[in-house]
Amino acid sequence: MSYDSAKWEVVIGLEIHCQLATKSKIFSGASTAYGAEPNTQACAVDLALPGVLPVFNKEALRMAVKFGLAVDAKIGLRSVFDRKNYFYPDSPKAYQITQMDHPIVGKGHMDIELENGESKRIGITRAHLEEDAGKSMHGSYHGMTGIDLNRAGTPLIEIVSEPDMRSAKEAVAYMRKIHSLVRYIEISDGNMQEGSFRCDANVSVRPRGQQELGTRAELKNINSFRFVERAINHEIERQIDVIEDGGRVVQETRLYDADKDETRSMRSKEEANDYRYFPDPDLLPVVIDEAYVEQVRQSLPELPEQKKQRYMAEFELSIYDAAVITASRELAAYFEIVAAQCGDAKLSANWVTGELSAKLNKAELEITASKVDAEAFAGLLQRIKDNTISGKIAKEIFEAMWQGEGSADEIIESKGLKQITDSSAIEAMVDEVIANNPEQFAALQAGQDKLMGFFVGQVMKASGGKANPGQVNQLMQKKLKS
Amino acid sequence: MGQDEMKMYHKKTLVELSVLLQAGEVSSVELTEYFLARINAHDKNLNSFISVTETQALAAAEQADAAIKNGTAGPLTGVPIAHKDIFCTEGVRTSCGSKMLDNFISPYDATVVSKLKQAGMVMLGKTNMDEFAMGSSNETSFYGPVKNPWQSDRIPGGSSGGSAAAVAARLAPAATGTDTGGSIRQPAAMCGITGIKPTYGRISRYGMIAFASSLDQAGPMAQSAHDCALLLNAMAGFDDKDSTCLDKEVPDYTAELDKPLSGLRIGLPKEYFGEGLDAEVEKVVRGALDEYKKLGAELIDIELPNSGLSVPVYYVVAPAECSANLSRFDGVRYGYRCENPVDLMDMYTRTRGEGFGAEVKRRIMVGTYALSSGYYDAYYLKSQQLRHKISEDFREAFEKVDVIMGPTAPDTAFKIGEKSDDPISMYLSDIYTIAVNLAGLPGMSVPAGFVEGRPVGLQITGNYFQESQLLNVAHQYQLNTDWHRAIPEDFL
Repeated sequence: MSYDSAKWEVVIGLEIHCQLATKSKIFSGASTAYGAEPNTQACAVDLALPGVLPVFNKEALRMAVKFGLAVDAKIGLRSVFDRKNYFYPDSPKAYQITQMDHPIVGKGHMDIELENGESKRIGITRAHLEEDAGKSMHGSYHGMTGIDLNRAGTPLIEIVSEPDMRSAKEAVAYMRKIHSLVRYIEISDGNMQEGSFRCDANVSVRPRGQQELGTRAELKNINSFRFVERAINHEIERQIDVIEDGGRVVQETRLYDADKDETRSMRSKEEANDYRYFPDPDLLPVVIDEAYVEQVRQSLPELPEQKKQRYMAEFELSIYDAAVITASRELAAYFEIVAAQCGDAKLSANWVTGELSAKLNKAELEITASKVDAEAFAGLLQRIKDNTISGKIAKEIFEAMWQGEGSADEIIESKGLKQITDSSAIEAMVDEVIANNPEQFAALQAGQDKLMGFFVGQVMKASGGKANPGQVNQLMQKKLKS
Repeated sequence: MGQDEMKMYHKKTLVELSVLLQAGEVSSVELTEYFLARINAHDKNLNSFISVTETQALAAAEQADAAIKNGTAGPLTGVPIAHKDIFCTEGVRTSCGSKMLDNFISPYDATVVSKLKQAGMVMLGKTNMDEFAMGSSNETSFYGPVKNPWQSDRIPGGSSGGSAAAVAARLAPAATGTDTGGSIRQPAAMCGITGIKPTYGRISRYGMIAFASSLDQAGPMAQSAHDCALLLNAMAGFDDKDSTCLDKEVPDYTAELDKPLSGLRIGLPKEYFGEGLDAEVEKVVRGALDEYKKLGAELIDIELPNSGLSVPVYYVVAPAECSANLSRFDGVRYGYRCENPVDLMDMYTRTRGEGFGAEVKRRIMVGTYALSSGYYDAYYLKSQQLRHKISEDFREAFEKVDVIMGPTAPDTAFKIGEKSDDPISMYLSDIYTIAVNLAGLPGMSVPAGFVEGRPVGLQITGNYFQESQLLNVAHQYQLNTDWHRAIPEDFL
């Protein structure tokens, strides 16, 4: 962030496109599976053959309602599909079926955690159902463009936020929370590489204190958390430069180019399409009742926010640990098994957010693919808790477990890493260290307290890390007084 | 009746042919060959067919004969039929009367087509029509105008003009049609045949190339109400491929045909008998109404105060919907594509500029305008509100009467080319039929007489899902009149 934030205020709103994890498409029976040969998953309806008609997939409706309930939104009991008209080769009907005036999800909200530990509420304006487009493929097609309609008709919800975010970091935090949520409630795989989760960002700047909003630019084509932050920051700087150079920001759509790390203009407002929305006469309004909504509500799992609050109350976790663990439903499930088995939630939280998460990040693995399962992990923590091993040794054992060398107990046994708690054995080592360092011991006795650390360290070293550090400390104190 | 007269199958109604087939007095192959020969002999001049599917027809006829022999046949098994070229037919060109789809071989059957196929009917071919069903005279077809079998310098009506002419000339015992603003009823009237447009949602629209989705409805066109009833039995019903198709039980439409009409309350809207109606046409219609009086019906004057709005409302709603429906014809995936496009925009503009005819382009432009930002409220939204008012008129009328009657069209068939340069005058040809589509009601046209040798149709409109009643009302009239049995001189 290289702009003067005392002078400029940034206003950001996001439109997140999230593919719903239905088996078939939103208006046809074709499969939504990713990665098939081009056009093998496009049926007559997806190809927009003459005479075909859309039929709404009720599973997409259920998922959209689920999302609405999860963000505490008003559910549209009567929602209407509209046609959004525009010509593009990957849009086979030359109109997209979407929802304009009557979306399935109305006003809701999502809380994000700020860096200062506070939480901030981001308004969700609406979320509506729509169909995805196909893909244009610019490959070796004899100078022509190839069209793959496998993705055409994949159900999406477009989640539109209020312009409530004030920095790229907040935007990323919000996007992450939504991403976590849709996976939590199992309505999307959230796969960003495959385009299942992507966003457009509306960005504007205004001098701090100004009431009216600045002119916004819409950034398109952002499909990773990293790019969102970079694209927005670039755009902020670009807009401030324009204004500071005496220019005016124009309302336009800009494309983020991840390769060049820049945004460039796609079209201005003047060139903007008139989409000529009107209700799709091929589809009846979607009418649901409270009973249906209630039924969907019953199917909701414990949501991240509820889980976070519960962890803070039940396990006395910090807001940070609770937020990190509950961000992923799978991670939370892992944590709960570990905590229950080892009987120490705080220890479990430290290890799950610390060693385990670091290991997963480094290996680029999801928790579900962890090389150490929850039961085995709990087995390791139990040995810390019952003083069989120290935390330091535990890290070594964890590494061995990760390499597939067996359970914690097996590794402790085979490597002889059991903690030494026999006082006489430790005392012998303490005596030896004192004998070997008479000058330092004299200095310690003379009041150089910081040498205590040196002695404890030496004893630990002599024990190969296996001595119980607490006992070493106690014995050193005893020697000092005697 | 001599041997030759017996073999004059074209003079038989579908019901009569069905009886002959079931009795084994004629085979489906014989009938099919008979009608194919008639098409061959007459259609060069009439131009009612775009495609004749001889090979498939004979194969289907053989299957039908086998079904009749082994006792699995139904009343429609083996009877030939022609499909309007708006219905997708697997493996057969489905042009919709347009250059745009001249090369389009549909990979699937429309629901209507597959239902009639399942009922054992034999498709003879695909009938000519106004391009994308936009027209009232069949003159907008890429394949040239269809001639009216009664007077060959006249139009057959439209858009189902090919179907109407083919049935009137007895080149097919029956045909399918579609009706968006009168496209079954108006050509039925002008060709002297019987046609019914059912309630919106009664027949699946799947595979029927969309013109105006909220108005389009398929229906049968045949010689008599009884024929239409048999066909409707097979065509109607729920289809999970069409969200606007109603999941409502299909009655046997032949069951109530014989119900007497005494006490039937017939509403006569004063708006349908006013200015613009040809005096001779009115006389014919009044004659038919007298016949109904004799049958015990009561004639009641009613008003449909908003009916004057129906043409302007229709010419906003239908073009608006068609402007989006026809966007898919972009040269990308199928159909016509211009030669050597230099870029995407060039491909779009030339493909559509060259592939669509003038009337289609006119309506796409009107519809695009009506939906444009800044005009939507004034045109599209307003039209929807007025559409509601028009429906309300009918709702109120049906509190007082059972059916509504009047002329199907204000005049008889006009001359080919007469109104080509005057779209407004052409549009007024559907002034009595359009409101029925806007309200989604069932409507029918029944031959009621002639003016100077040209047929006149009586329009009968019923309340929602009252097709049985309409067919009953029409059938009782046809039991007492012969207009529907008249055959044009050149096709006797």
